[in-house]
This record gives sequence, C-alpha cells and structure tokens, in this order.
Amino acid sequence: MNWFKYSSPQSFFPLAGKLAFWFGALAAIACAAGLYIGFFRAPTDAQQGEAYRIIFIHVPAAWMSMFLYLVMAFWAAWGLAFNTRLSGMMASAIAPTGALFTFLALWTGSLWGKPTWGTWWVWDARLTSELILLFLYFGFMALQAAIDDPRRADKAGAVLALVGVVNIPIIYFSVKWWNTLHQGASVSLTKAPTVAAAMLTAMAVMAFGFWFYSIAAALMRARCIMLERERASEWATDYARASA
Amino acid sequence: MNWGSLENFLAMGGYAFYVWGSYLVTLGLVFAEIVLLMLRKRSALARLRLRGTAAPGER
Repeated sequence: MNWFKYSSPQSFFPLAGKLAFWFGALAAIACAAGLYIGFFRAPTDAQQGEAYRIIFIHVPAAWMSMFLYLVMAFWAAWGLAFNTRLSGMMASAIAPTGALFTFLALWTGSLWGKPTWGTWWVWDARLTSELILLFLYFGFMALQAAIDDPRRADKAGAVLALVGVVNIPIIYFSVKWWNTLHQGASVSLTKAPTVAAAMLTAMAVMAFGFWFYSIAAALMRARCIMLERERASEWATDYARASA
Repeated sequence: MNWGSLENFLAMGGYAFYVWGSYLVTLGLVFAEIVLLMLRKRSALARLRLRGTAAPGER
C-alpha cells in the first residue's frame, strides 16, 4: 500500500469526506449511548447530588482540549520538518475544534464549580493553565489569519503551536504539582478508579463520542481549507462543478 | 436511576441551572460549529464555480 497516496489534497479530499461522515455517525451513536448511561444508569452522587452529572461533558471536553492540541502540534511539526502541504491544513483544521472543547471545559467547569466550590472561578493552577490553552488556540488562529501566504502562515503557526506544547504537561500535572482547588484525577492508569462503574462507563463513552466528533469536524474543516487553498487547481473546480 | 417523573428529571435535584446550562451550551456550540462548517464549504464551492470570472490572484 502506498501511504503517500493520501498526502496530496487531491486524493485525500474524497477519503476525508467519507471518514468525516462515518466518524460523525459514530460520534452521534456514542454520545447518545453515553448520555443514556450518564442520566439513566449512573447513580446520584452521595456528596454532590445531581450536579456531578456535568462530569460527562466536562472531563471528556478537557481531555479533548489537551489531546487536540497535541495532534495539532504534531501536524505542525510534521509540516515544518517535511514541508508537506496537507500537514499545515490539518493543523489549521484542528485548532477551532480544540478551542471549542477548551472553552467547553472552562464553561462546564465554571458551572460545576459554583454549586460545589461556591465560586465560578479561581486563579488556581489547573484553571489558569487551561485558560492559557484557550489563548494558545486563539493565538494560533489569529496568527494564521493575519498572514496572507498560507505556507508562511503554516510555518509561523507551527512555531507558536510547538512552543505552546509545554503548557500541556503543566495542565495535566497541575493538580499534583500545586495545591489546587481542582481535585486530582478520578481516572488514572496506575490506580483503581475512584468512581462508580456506570459513571466511569458514561464518561468513557462520551470521551469516545467527543473524540469521533473532533475527527469528523476537523476533517470537514480540512476539506474546506483544501477547496480554498487549491482553488487554482483543476480537481477543485471539477469537484465544485460536479457538486452544483 | 429512576427519576420518577419528567419534572424530577428536569429539576436535576435542584441543580437544573448548572447541569442544563452545561449541556445546552455544549449542544448549541457543537451545532453552531457544524452549521458554520457547512456554510464555509458552500461558500468555497460557490467561489470555485465563479472561477474564470474573478481576476487572477484574487481570493
């Protein structure tokens, strides 16, 4: 199999369309199942009552906010190293979805913090570093939007994305390194989970749902970017005419 | 988990504002992202179909 076949926008475009559709469908199924388990199978929390049910979007959104940044930085680095056209397009395609999940992690965290901590916001290490992540996404998008030549925009964005990677371990380990109001990890690879099985299942299924959604959204956006950047090429105009 | 009634479900044990405030904003923003992506694709295609009428080098 020739792996380089799909490294050109022309041949990746139709594949991205098919993948976006199927990952979108999987995302809808996973989110429906996750919400069902979360609202109708998971028990009420002994300390927090029903307020804890925000966890089913808060934790997956926070995971995705960090994971998408790493994927974005990976494509940015790949583009810098090998100067491949598609890499920069993928990095730009991921950024807005990453920013969306970062905002949602902050928003749902705030709505969860008020009834449980008694405050919407504190400047503790976890919350502050997650806010910095949102600004990194915004900075990446603003920088790319400010540069007309897409290849130069990709390079500048890639440098910013790579410098910002240092923030990801800071977010992840912030609850260990500093004394924060935010609780430590409920799910860990080294310890038995500290939450009920149905809660854990709902959270995991929602995480898969958000992950599949991110893939679908990023691929949809990558297709738009391909059409915009390759507007001078024949395949793009042919596709536009055929889809009229 | 048995909520008993729709009212109980919607009340979320008194945390309706916080729980539904989280879920509705998430749903709304995801929906908005999908609509924006569809509009972006549509305008990219419309622009491509106009190609030939636009000046060279024009976006």
